Amino acid sequence: MVDRIASPWGERTPYGPGQEWPVRVDRYLADGRADADVDRWVQSASVLHSNGDALDIAVADGQIIGVRGRAVDRINRGRVDPKDLYGWQANHSPDRLTRPLVRDGDRLVEADWDTAMGRIVARSKELLDGPGGWGRFGFYTSGQLFLEEYYTLGVIGKAGLGTPHMDGNTRLCTATAAAAMKASFGTDGQPGSYTDVDHCDAIALWGHNVAETQTVLWMRMLDRRRGPNPPAMLAVDPRATPVAREADLHLAIRNGTNVALMNGLLREIIRRGWYDHDYVNAHTLGFDELCRIVDGYPAPRVADVCDIPASEVERAAELLGTSQRLLSTVLQGFYQSNQATAAACAVNNLHLVRGMIGRPGAGIYQMNGQPTAQNNRETGADGDLPGLRNWANTAHIEELARLWNVDVDVIPHWAPPTHAMQIFRYAEQGSIKLLWISATNPAVSLPELHRIRQILTRPELFVVVQDLFLTETAELADVVLPAATWGEKTGTFTSVDRTVHISDKAVDPPGEARPDLDIFLDYARRMDFRDRDGQPLIDWSGPEEVFEAWKECSRGRPCDYTGITYEKLRGGSGIQWPCTDEHPDGTERLYTDGLFHTDPDYCETYGHDLATGAEFTGAEYRAKEPNGRAFLHTVDYQASPEVPDDEHPLLLTTGRTVYQFHTRTKTGRAPQLDQAAPDVWVELNPADAARLGIIEGDLVGIASTRGTIQARARLCGIRPGVVFLPFHYGYFDQDRADRTPRAANELTITAWDPVSKQPLFKVAAVAVTKLADGQGVPSPAPTVGGSAPPADADVPPTIGGPTAEATSGKE
Amino acid sequence: MHLAHYLGLLHRAQVNLADAFRQVADAHAEEPDIEHLCQQQAKRCDAHAEQLDPFVTRYSEDAPDEPDRLHSQLFTGTRTGGIGLLRDLQDLYLMAAECDITWTVVGQGAYGARDDELLAVVRQCEGETAIQLKWLRTRMKAAAPQALVVAD
Repeated sequence: MVDRIASPWGERTPYGPGQEWPVRVDRYLADGRADADVDRWVQSASVLHSNGDALDIAVADGQIIGVRGRAVDRINRGRVDPKDLYGWQANHSPDRLTRPLVRDGDRLVEADWDTAMGRIVARSKELLDGPGGWGRFGFYTSGQLFLEEYYTLGVIGKAGLGTPHMDGNTRLCTATAAAAMKASFGTDGQPGSYTDVDHCDAIALWGHNVAETQTVLWMRMLDRRRGPNPPAMLAVDPRATPVAREADLHLAIRNGTNVALMNGLLREIIRRGWYDHDYVNAHTLGFDELCRIVDGYPAPRVADVCDIPASEVERAAELLGTSQRLLSTVLQGFYQSNQATAAACAVNNLHLVRGMIGRPGAGIYQMNGQPTAQNNRETGADGDLPGLRNWANTAHIEELARLWNVDVDVIPHWAPPTHAMQIFRYAEQGSIKLLWISATNPAVSLPELHRIRQILTRPELFVVVQDLFLTETAELADVVLPAATWGEKTGTFTSVDRTVHISDKAVDPPGEARPDLDIFLDYARRMDFRDRDGQPLIDWSGPEEVFEAWKECSRGRPCDYTGITYEKLRGGSGIQWPCTDEHPDGTERLYTDGLFHTDPDYCETYGHDLATGAEFTGAEYRAKEPNGRAFLHTVDYQASPEVPDDEHPLLLTTGRTVYQFHTRTKTGRAPQLDQAAPDVWVELNPADAARLGIIEGDLVGIASTRGTIQARARLCGIRPGVVFLPFHYGYFDQDRADRTPRAANELTITAWDPVSKQPLFKVAAVAVTKLADGQGVPSPAPTVGGSAPPADADVPPTIGGPTAEATSGKE
Repeated sequence: MHLAHYLGLLHRAQVNLADAFRQVADAHAEEPDIEHLCQQQAKRCDAHAEQLDPFVTRYSEDAPDEPDRLHSQLFTGTRTGGIGLLRDLQDLYLMAAECDITWTVVGQGAYGARDDELLAVVRQCEGETAIQLKWLRTRMKAAAPQALVVAD
């Protein structure tokens, strides 16, 4: 038995390069139940992170009683993340929404579905009437619904209402991954595969605390590190994360300076001759410009900008430059920071100039943070068009118009789909009058929360919230729709490395809660959306029908699903798209032949200027004659829009703990996870803390120009001058009449990357002051992960105890 | 030669554009991308003016008197609201367009004067001005339908 709270990564199963990752099946059954108590196991995969770990749901007496990893699956070979081991218990939480709620003055009162949907539809029809009706609607969805739900929502919005105002919280998480892949390779789509961990000889983690965000991927890396011929490891992170502690070289750079670092590393690699001349010539465009720009970043300058020793820049370049099979993984340290798209493109550049792409061990993960983010991007429920199509390419719009049998100009394609921050801005200005929020919690997760709350409470704005619980956002809604969740509905979703899984319904949802798909289909039916011939625009009734329709939409596009069926997904391992008649088993790696998706008729974008987001035209793009070559986009470093000053001398960064997901809607309701990380904390470097007279456990005020919150101090290995807050903690579990400000996003800045439009959560200037003595009680920060205190600190270790005992081993 | 006058025209156009970018950034600070990118582009215009300085000085030493009505006034202050933003961006666009064509003219002058140094400055800066035009067009295209058709 293993306490997977105390030991989130479990036991090591070491293996060597080229070997298959050994199986280790993790399982947790609640209340001392055993396999014999399980009536049936229902196939699924994880929805509490983006890794796509396949697992089976244990059902007894019509209830979920636990989970077990799927040994047969290519992604996890049986392993399960602690969030998934315990998180399912939230499904049974007594405060699940079981009936719709409608606003009655300052209260939300229970209603039946007819009443709730009736209100939404009446308002919708009123708003849709007259010129520009499409522009009064905004949809803000999730990274946690199923592919079928997103696609339906995408068709409702883009062909039914004809609105471009659709986005997801994927904008906060993976928009930069998508933008960087589009910019470098022509379309979205992860080049690499998780199996690259099995083959690589070096791993570079760019702003990615994988140990806490995708534990199973980290287990895979650790198992290689403990085996023969382990890969070298480089970590770039201002915090002393488990990744940083494991790495051979840790660059604790100043937040917001990623581009300067990348330019410096590329300069060094090129000058030392560690690049693949032939690959660059045959398969890339822009090398001369790259050389010209990176030439301005000698190691001493980089050291100065990033505040690390110049020798570390040189050592890092050597680690990267002398590897034979380099694996890179990129996440929020790059995506939620200054010059996000440029920094993520620079990682692509590194791989392109070294020819480290499209073969075993030479891979890139432009990661996702969320389980189904990839599907939101593929199906066009966010700032993309379905099938990774190019909004600026009329031929692509015509394809969609034919598929849906609607007029071309119904589909919004006069500009890119509206990004989330702009949707909220239109709502603030009053031009968007109906905002439909599904499976996401912007009242805790968007930047500058006081502003978001103000927008959501505007009397002119009709807010629909579709969720499992009365979240901080749902409290402010006009109509709340109770949704079914994972385990209570069927659908598919796709991991970071393009692996598609099915998640089957195991149990019924509570009360009158309905699958999100049913809710969207009900809306479509009540709105009576019609195609060009007067037939119903959407005539699907269940997930499998939607999936089949989606396959047609994906045909011939990078994310081609035509070779996948529900039947094929059941029983075995997940399958990587593209999966077609020619590739019935899916595709492990993209770009194996060095041919990229940059053909003008095929690509997803005609490109942007990375500094401003200015769009290039089709004609300008064609003139570059990409001929299947990848683009090397390089820009100069620019400082963040907000840097510390006398009043706000410290830099704030935000992030996650291994025990919580997002705004704790589920993980905060799973006892083992909640107890492991029950409340917010703030991480300080001991030197900064000493200057401010703060010790472990003291109550501290953290203030930016936008707000102030309170948190208890954890002194740990974060770089001097930087403070860290976990962004998970909102207010749902505080008394509504007496809430203490604690959400990290009260402080964050409303600013975003010019290309990906991803907000800059990780670069804000703050002041820190001591408010009260901790009286010897340590902060609630876990001792596991990035918040680990120094070895000599007197802080009791984070453990789960008897209720967290899980089994783990070979089966 | 008269190159000095056009250099002066370009220099002043860049200074005016920098100032207009800053005014628009302040006036529309509630649009964060407008604020941050206008500030960024104002700095870019400052740099252009700075790079022109030595040439303005060098060529004005033996220049005849400046001709009448050389300079034009393209900006008279910011506006408010969604349509105001659109109109302000349009002013910036017209000012950037003036810079754009003036770079072209000055570049031709640099050829005539066999001034490689000036030509190098023109090449670099005209590309940056082109991006300014492109960004303004991109942003206006995205904003126009909502501002013109949807907003009350």
